[in-house]
Amino acid sequence: MAKQRVDVAGNAASFIDQDDIHEPFHDKNLWAARMKRDAAARAVPEWEDLRTIASLIKEHTLTHLDHYLEMFEANAIKRGAKVYWARDAAEHNQQLWEILSARNIDAIIKSKSMLQEECGMTAFLENRGISVTESDLGERIQQLDNQPPSHIVMPAIHKTPADIAAIFANAIGTDPNNTDPHYLNEAMRADARKRFLKAGAGMTGVNFAIAETGSFVVCTNEGNADIGASVPPIHIASMGIEKLLPKVSDLGIFIRLLSRSALGTLATQYTSHFSGPRKGGELHIIITDNGRSKRLGLDDFWHSLKCIRCGACMNTCPVYRRSGGLAYGATYSGPIGIILDPTFDESKYSELPYHSTLCGSCSEVCPVKIDISDQILKWRKVMAAKKYLPISRRLAFGAAGKVFEHPTLFHGAETAASAAMKVTPHFLLYNRGLNPWGRHRELPHFAKQTFREWYLQYKQQDNEEPQQ
Amino acid sequence: MNLNPREQILDAVRQHLPTEKVEYPAVPVFQKTIPVLLPAFEARLRDAGATVHKPADLAAAQALLAQEHADAKVICSATPDLQGNRDIHKVINPHELADVDVGVIRAGFGVAENGMVWLTQEDLVVNALGFLSQHLVILLDPAALVADMYDAYLRVHLEDTAYGCFMMGPSATADIGAVLVHGAQGARSLSVYLI
Repeated sequence: MAKQRVDVAGNAASFIDQDDIHEPFHDKNLWAARMKRDAAARAVPEWEDLRTIASLIKEHTLTHLDHYLEMFEANAIKRGAKVYWARDAAEHNQQLWEILSARNIDAIIKSKSMLQEECGMTAFLENRGISVTESDLGERIQQLDNQPPSHIVMPAIHKTPADIAAIFANAIGTDPNNTDPHYLNEAMRADARKRFLKAGAGMTGVNFAIAETGSFVVCTNEGNADIGASVPPIHIASMGIEKLLPKVSDLGIFIRLLSRSALGTLATQYTSHFSGPRKGGELHIIITDNGRSKRLGLDDFWHSLKCIRCGACMNTCPVYRRSGGLAYGATYSGPIGIILDPTFDESKYSELPYHSTLCGSCSEVCPVKIDISDQILKWRKVMAAKKYLPISRRLAFGAAGKVFEHPTLFHGAETAASAAMKVTPHFLLYNRGLNPWGRHRELPHFAKQTFREWYLQYKQQDNEEPQQ
Repeated sequence: MNLNPREQILDAVRQHLPTEKVEYPAVPVFQKTIPVLLPAFEARLRDAGATVHKPADLAAAQALLAQEHADAKVICSATPDLQGNRDIHKVINPHELADVDVGVIRAGFGVAENGMVWLTQEDLVVNALGFLSQHLVILLDPAALVADMYDAYLRVHLEDTAYGCFMMGPSATADIGAVLVHGAQGARSLSVYLI
């Protein structure tokens, strides 16, 4: 059990320690996205109202989910789509395999889908001799480097252009010394296009599904999902059961929120609406549960199902920005990952809830008002109650608990810590190998007096002053 | 109790539904913030990487198309308003559009808030025209504008078309070093002719 637990802090330390380039580059680019998000949000006078309404629409839908699922299914079938239901990743992949093998399809292209990542779909298909090409540039970079996406909307943001130049040089023969993003994009465009034209099916995810029409919406900036849906004869969409919205008019709210929250842009370049198969084509929709119905029953955690996968919580998170998404060792990283991943495997992801400062910034930027930081704290309680914590941490937290419970112990500890700070050698606190997190930071100087000492002193002075 | 996956999922959902139901919220009509739509639409289009042109009439638009894309070998038009040299109505398989240099499409309407244009399967004739073409020219009646996404979704009719796309400028990516590049997988450029 313990051997497969993800050591997120250790992984993050490796990301920080690899050189002086990657972590600052990652931090800077994600913070820039956060700043753009703020500007875009400020330009919408009703922004906070939109967050509240979007949150309520999602909560309404989720508390009536059976009703909206049936409505969506009936309308999608009426439009001519084929609808399948999959309880878990294995059934999703099996269903997909049956569709592809019945048509002798040996090559597909796919756009970004976190659900397909959850299902391990690409490996499943490749093991059965089907070639899979990621059509999103960032996802393709990750595929060629045998890595999962490190961010929900910017899959390769932890890589520098030099890293990508090296990967492309190896995979498609580009000049390894040319790190110009325009050059690299052009080379991949030419390589990918041949694959697009050979593919027997195009796969997409689903950003939003509309119950009243049986439609679904896919948002991309590259137009890659649309190529997959419009060029091969078959379009297959993987849809989580939580993707539903009741009405078409709801999209006016959610589309306004999504890309502004993600990248600070007004919308994605392409917002595409699929209502049944295109002229002369086939449309298959695999509605997948994979743990979601169980999550719906968790009083403390079901609000995580409101997530629209914008990545705003990742961009703002001071811990994520310095860790890189791969450190989390899971399909979902960053604050949203911390609260989603343990629902798949509590033991494996038991360390994740501690990879947070609980600063609350994630909850503040979430466009659907998920109480992310509160849920992180609640997951810590779950991990502690179930004794998933490593023994050293349990002892430390246990000791802290005792100290905080007993005021006299706390006062003693406070004074002792101040004294200890004076004598702890600097190299112990800031040694790069021992504590990469301290590299750019200085601990604050301890006050000469503790607050309590100061308070007691002034209280005494106050008491000594003559009464008016 | 041999339920199929559909029944099992719906049962599991019902079993786990939160006991406290949440009502669908009241959605107010938000105040409009864009006083004049056309200039805002043009500005947002340019922000999204598109170019905007105002040919005097269709003959001028045809000349502009020839001038803008003088090197184009294959021009495929889905609108009777402008002529190309590939008849889209004869296309049976979307792969036939793989060599199109310029696709020409008339959009239904535009959105002033963000510079999007609405294209349906009927506007595209063959959906792939919007994505395999190296460059796109979009015709749009400058009077056919809505203010924002709320109004835009009142104007679309998803029940009437299998495919509809809000397109906002050319294909874009920032997946390499967070640097914006146009022409990722879809169109390299998008010109809007207001006519």
